[in-house]
Amino acid sequence: MSELAQDERIKTTSPLRQALVRPELGSIAGTIVVFLFFGFLAYDSGMFSPRGVMNWSTVSAQFMIIAVGACLLMIAGEFDLSVGSMIGFAGMMIAIFSVTLDWPVWTAILVTFLLCTALGALNGYIVVKTGLPSFIVTLAFLFILRGFTIFFPQLIERKTIIGGVSDAAEGDWLASVFGGKVGEPVFIWLADLGLIDVFERGNRAGQPVIDGIPALIIWAIGLVIVGHFILTRTRFGNWIFASGGDAQAARYVGVPVNRVKISMFMFSAFCACVFATCQVMEFGSAGADRGLLKEFEAIIAVVIGGALLTGGYGSVIGAALGALIFGVVQQGLFFAGVESSLFRVFLGVLLLAAVILNTYIRRIITGEK
Amino acid sequence: MSPLFEMQNVEKHFGTVIALGGVNFSVSAGECHCLLGDNGAGKSTLIKTMSGVHPPTSGQLFMRGERLTFRDPREAMGHGIATVYQDLAMIPLMSVSRNFFMGNEPVKNILGINLFDHDFADRVTMEEMRKMGINLRGPHQAVGTLSGGERQTVAIARAVYFGAKVLILDEPTSALGVRQTANVLATVDRVRQAGIAVVFITHNVRHALAVGDRFTVLNRGKTMGTAKKGEITPEELQDLMAGGQQLAELESSLGGTV
Repeated sequence: MSELAQDERIKTTSPLRQALVRPELGSIAGTIVVFLFFGFLAYDSGMFSPRGVMNWSTVSAQFMIIAVGACLLMIAGEFDLSVGSMIGFAGMMIAIFSVTLDWPVWTAILVTFLLCTALGALNGYIVVKTGLPSFIVTLAFLFILRGFTIFFPQLIERKTIIGGVSDAAEGDWLASVFGGKVGEPVFIWLADLGLIDVFERGNRAGQPVIDGIPALIIWAIGLVIVGHFILTRTRFGNWIFASGGDAQAARYVGVPVNRVKISMFMFSAFCACVFATCQVMEFGSAGADRGLLKEFEAIIAVVIGGALLTGGYGSVIGAALGALIFGVVQQGLFFAGVESSLFRVFLGVLLLAAVILNTYIRRIITGEK
Repeated sequence: MSPLFEMQNVEKHFGTVIALGGVNFSVSAGECHCLLGDNGAGKSTLIKTMSGVHPPTSGQLFMRGERLTFRDPREAMGHGIATVYQDLAMIPLMSVSRNFFMGNEPVKNILGINLFDHDFADRVTMEEMRKMGINLRGPHQAVGTLSGGERQTVAIARAVYFGAKVLILDEPTSALGVRQTANVLATVDRVRQAGIAVVFITHNVRHALAVGDRFTVLNRGKTMGTAKKGEITPEELQDLMAGGQQLAELESSLGGTV
């Protein structure tokens, strides 16, 4: 054991080190840095105008939705590399059910959610029963689901994009839960007060440039709150930490580790499905290439948020901030007029820095050398 | 005094391998019964049979004279048989209080939702740790910052708090330094005085003699007999564990240091 083991030495731990041992700390610092950076670099580019804010908020919210699922799963000690393919698959299923099969959109959405969470459960079941790394199992599903997502529309409609979802979703109660906007009267009122610009020309002249908060953002905030609450305030949350921290030790004291892991795979699939549904309702179509690389973006957001890749440690709030950093940087570089390919360079550097910081924090907590 | 927990002629076979070939063992309330055996003697199999991981192939287990059967560790725990494993007692990344209540989280109901009662968990953890002589910095201190001995103590305190009547300790001292070993042995003594039956598994004769009331040696899957404290010398125990002569010869060449 290290010298940390001695009681009298443990009291000399500096407040800085104690503060470091919070999963969110890195992402809080990162968020501040990113906002300061773009505050200087892109101040007059419109990034912080109501429209600009709405732009990066929406992008961040997309990342947040899948990051919450990936975060809880990673804390439970597993990965899901099939998130991106699941997004494409879910969107395609909604389009096929509602447009090709002409089901009511709400039925299409509900059936798709059931199907996707069942696939998530299958992912989890295979991982738990075979003891294989989830990395491999979900990698298989990455290909399987993407394959079907391309195959089905070609088989049925001889194309890889199915449109017409918007028409089908007209007036559908469940579609508006994913594709609607909230708070329109507030924004009209703000526009009347002159706090938000209004369109000056075109067929929407006189309407505020932002006419509501997209349901996507509400979903993101809702999932973050629910995820954080479950993780920190419920007994199930303790089981999530325990399952990822040391599955065998958790089993010995009666934690239903397999059940916890399978339900986290289902939750990850659920989040992918929320993302897909919002996207399909926004675009009015489903494409076979949707959601590409999203699994990695989700994992990156979670790692920036302070979760350990090895499981057992992390924070939903951290993951949400990681997603915010992700969205702000991606859109900020665009506003600042920086070549967009540099975004990937930045992302790689950020990921590396986050992982190194997290490993260091892990050593502090566990007293490893 | 009649034994609290007893095993009679317990055998455990894995295919053609006879891991346990007739084990007789008993432990009374307030007693520390040391089970000694070298590597491969069948200690792990015996622990797993006692704690419900493996059902015995033949033989019986009794609790207060009543026949016991259990299919999994949870059922064994239900009968008050708790096991503290050497490496798998605690999760280093989690706080002491989260570890303490892992699998048995206290809940309070607020607006129909069952919440983890952190206040209760934190308070009880601090109290129980103080009883065991460990002053925590706080209930949120990660277990990873505790020493190996303290981790064992937390695990023991946890088992006792959740109603262990028979406490099985799997080599609690084998990975520890001198001072930490002393702390764990003191904890074992405290637990025994509280009226709990302790099964102390070890291959270290000195640790066994320090706290044991009775000693049973396991060799090649069989119990070689039981001796009371004071009836047996460390050398005799050592020889029994090694199965006779070999060690005595070896020991003379090493100058009696084993």
